Amino acid sequence: MDIAFIIEKLILISAILGISLVIAMYTTLAERKFAGFFQDRVGPNRAGPWGLLQPLADGVKLFTKEEIIPTHASTFLFVLGPSLSMFTACITTAVIPWGQDLFLFGRQISLQVADINVGVLYVFGVVSLGVYGVMIGGWASNNKFSLLAAVRSASQNISYEIAMGLSIIALLMMTGTLSLREISEQQSGMNWNVFYQPLGFLIFMICSFAETNRTPFDLPECETELVGGHHTEYSSMKLGFYLFAEYINMFVSSAIMASLYFGGYNYPFMHLISNPNIAALIGVAVFFTKILLFIFFFIWVRWTVPRFRYDQLMKLGWKVLIPLAIVNIALTGTGILIFGK
Amino acid sequence: MSHSLFYLLSFITLFFALLVVFAKNPIHSALYMVMTFFAITCQYLILNAQFLAIVNFIVYMGAIMVLILFSIMFLNLNQATEPQKSSLLKFAGVISAGLLMLTLVGAILKTGGGDVPFELIKPDIGLVKNLGKVLFNEFLLPFEIASVLLLSAMVGAVLLAKKDIN
Repeated sequence: MDIAFIIEKLILISAILGISLVIAMYTTLAERKFAGFFQDRVGPNRAGPWGLLQPLADGVKLFTKEEIIPTHASTFLFVLGPSLSMFTACITTAVIPWGQDLFLFGRQISLQVADINVGVLYVFGVVSLGVYGVMIGGWASNNKFSLLAAVRSASQNISYEIAMGLSIIALLMMTGTLSLREISEQQSGMNWNVFYQPLGFLIFMICSFAETNRTPFDLPECETELVGGHHTEYSSMKLGFYLFAEYINMFVSSAIMASLYFGGYNYPFMHLISNPNIAALIGVAVFFTKILLFIFFFIWVRWTVPRFRYDQLMKLGWKVLIPLAIVNIALTGTGILIFGK
Repeated sequence: MSHSLFYLLSFITLFFALLVVFAKNPIHSALYMVMTFFAITCQYLILNAQFLAIVNFIVYMGAIMVLILFSIMFLNLNQATEPQKSSLLKFAGVISAGLLMLTLVGAILKTGGGDVPFELIKPDIGLVKNLGKVLFNEFLLPFEIASVLLLSAMVGAVLLAKKDIN
């Protein structure tokens, strides 16, 4: 393994981490701005021009607040909870292909941290690990409301993981690979998977809303029933980590939806651009545009649709989405049999 | 490289497995078990069994351990309410576990496992493609029967959990 390879990967990892943090930071501002727009208000506009410094101000506020650890809480686990949430939110980006290969300094540089051939399953693994952050935090707080919220959240995530996995199976039957890079490559031109798998995409998207704990599935922090959810006892930056991890998750799931169903870094007339570097850079820009559109959709839904009740949530997950996903698998199988992919 | 990694991971696995037994708090026990499963996942990766590794990760670490944590969190185990075993029972438990270990060690020695860690005959068998082909060609019937068995177990569990069966 040569030094250049390691440096290249280090730069890529730092850049991706930085970009996802910055995007998550400004998503908080965008969310409040759009909330203002939807409710006919102005939204935050005090810190900097158009409120652009608001995320920084929030960050400083969270960092300088007093840190409180409840007396009977288990200290190590109490700190581990938010750290785990943040960690799992950040590591999913490793398998996402951000663009085509670049050719710089006589080297072919891949814009993907790791092209493992079980990429899709890796994403699922990390998603299932994310439950621990919430559960450990909720239990370690030594608070009834936190514990109830943690348990509710964990059962929500596990329930929707099943439907999510089943909706992906139909897609994998068509693509025949688990590598996110190959799935992206297969969608070149306007050959996007969403045209072949509209139902699968719908199920996958609903499940991503549930997995990221976004409205209408934000039951883990349902204020009306649970005070503040699993992070009731948290203050300062530990609370900030929980809230911030949600925005990173939103970014990551937007990226995964874009690369699985909406063509990833592909755009029409891509093959007409002769310089591979310029084509790749436009691809990256296109990919990020798609991601931002998805993030906007997340925000749009949050300020439009009210929260589900808990029994409605479970009914939707188990009695509607899972059967639908199985029907989708059967339909896809029939389609492949008749049309030969 | 691979050998020393194997021994390191085995040490980590056994270390956390022992902590599962010795931890006072059942929640800590469950969390150590998660770490044990994680170390086992890494063992699979060394064997180049990516699919098995990631499935172990998703199913055992992600689903089963969450459910175990779930039930422990609701149990509210305290020293006062927990039924204490008599020392005679504990002693008997230690002896039977020791005997089990003796049997296992004897069995392993009998099979002739030398000082060399196990080498795979087909090193690529663990990749998704190869594993899928083997499962759906050579072992199709056992595979389907196993899945039906799992399904029936699940239906049975749901039936048992229902309070009123009409």
